[in-house]
Amino acid sequence: MLQVDDLHVSYGAIKALGGVSLRVKAGAIVTLIGGNGAGKTTTLRTISGLLRATGGAIRFLDQDIGALPAHRIVARGLCHVPEGRLIFSNLTVEENLAMGAYLQNDSAEIARTRDYVFSIFPRLKERFRQTAGTLSGGEQQMLAIGRALMGKPRFLMLDEPSLGIAPRLIGTIFEKIVEINRDHGITILLVEQNANLALEVSSYAYVLETGRVAMEGPSSELRANPQLKATYLGG
Amino acid sequence: MYEFLQQLLNGLSLGAIYALIAIGYTMVYGILRFINFAHSDVFMAGAFIGLNVARYTHPGTFLGGFIVLGSAMLGCALLGMTIERLAYRPLRGAPTLNVLITAIGVSLFLEYSGQKFFGAAPRRFPAIFPVREFTFGGAITISSNQLAVIGVTFLLMVALQLVVFRTKIGTAMRAVSLNPRAAQLVGINNDVVISFTFGLGSALAAAGGILYALNYPSIDPLMGVMPGLKAFVAAVLGGIGSIPGAALGGLILGVVETFVAGSPWSTGKDAIAFGILIVILLFRPAGLLGKSGVEKV
Repeated sequence: MLQVDDLHVSYGAIKALGGVSLRVKAGAIVTLIGGNGAGKTTTLRTISGLLRATGGAIRFLDQDIGALPAHRIVARGLCHVPEGRLIFSNLTVEENLAMGAYLQNDSAEIARTRDYVFSIFPRLKERFRQTAGTLSGGEQQMLAIGRALMGKPRFLMLDEPSLGIAPRLIGTIFEKIVEINRDHGITILLVEQNANLALEVSSYAYVLETGRVAMEGPSSELRANPQLKATYLGG
Repeated sequence: MYEFLQQLLNGLSLGAIYALIAIGYTMVYGILRFINFAHSDVFMAGAFIGLNVARYTHPGTFLGGFIVLGSAMLGCALLGMTIERLAYRPLRGAPTLNVLITAIGVSLFLEYSGQKFFGAAPRRFPAIFPVREFTFGGAITISSNQLAVIGVTFLLMVALQLVVFRTKIGTAMRAVSLNPRAAQLVGINNDVVISFTFGLGSALAAAGGILYALNYPSIDPLMGVMPGLKAFVAAVLGGIGSIPGAALGGLILGVVETFVAGSPWSTGKDAIAFGILIVILLFRPAGLLGKSGVEKV
């Protein structure tokens, strides 16, 4: 479904990615793990069109999307829930969700999708008229995911969904991510600091180190890998 | 007492015009974080479009008046969108200072193009609406032109409020101004929203230009300079980036200026706006309704 080949990205003179290649099959949950500055967020931002690659190719559903602006990539069904959530803090929950459906025109369908989002995150329904900035970290993450779902994505990229969230909510968020994937066949590319959790929910994983893929394989195998265990999984 | 009410009325009608212009400054600032100095010349262009359309309509009728007003608003909306497309869009991502200098360039370009095409001499603006004077209590006089200013401004403010808070494109405008990157990620084409914002702001400035010309019926290509600067002060006074702030700032400035003009210190009526600017920047730089925060320009 998504095919990234030899991706190179630089911030000015600083090289962030030096040839990242990865594949995501339709219906899978694939994760990207690695330390700070390994290039995980940069990879997602480049795929979603927020950054331009200096080399390499990005193909989504067998079409080259490397030169498209971000809003046209969303229109193709590839949606990015960015790090730090980036919800519209002065807008209400209702308006945030409405903006998620910006490209949708069928109001009956939008209402159905919204009901679906409420069924996954009932908390959002309770907070419907509230300004998004007043939500807790976990609720904001729910809103960010809900907003992305409003756009009826086929492919969802999640950047650090566990960041800045109360520990008891992390489990809930990850259960919901698995549910979204299972019930609606939405393919997921997950970037996560918490490698244990990421390997648990995913079927395939890539380990990034300083802008390159250092290791890849089925998540269950990587979990047993002694080298990885020592570095990322806390022994 | 009568004089006080009379001056208040005069001040509100002047302030309403400042408010209309100030909203354009504040909306563009809200999204692109720069002051569009060419905005005051769009105001001037509105008056000149009105002058030229008025040749073909019946003067002194409501229908004719609204045709003039509508065409000026439409013409300026297109002008504003063209300015954004040609002058500002190529500078997206450039330092704010570059855009600011470009805005001053566009402003001078419009002013001196105006002089080239329309001549530098002041022109008389016709009475496009029916003119009547109403007298209350034997002492307060209000002209239908002043009423038109207050009435039209009020209607436009209500319409603007509906657009910004009740429509998809209005919500998108607020989304882009809060977080342009997140807006892209939900599929908003920021360029379309920015273009729309310029169109909307410019249409309001055109309405301001027509209403100004009705009450001060001598127009020339540099007529935008002073009202433009004052509307800019109004936007800062209300809190730059805040639409209700711009409206409030405009009204306050109009009233204060009118009272100063009617006092023994009348020669200071233009100085007062800039005095207010200095005071507000010293003591409340975020403005009356603005949020404080540090901004690098």
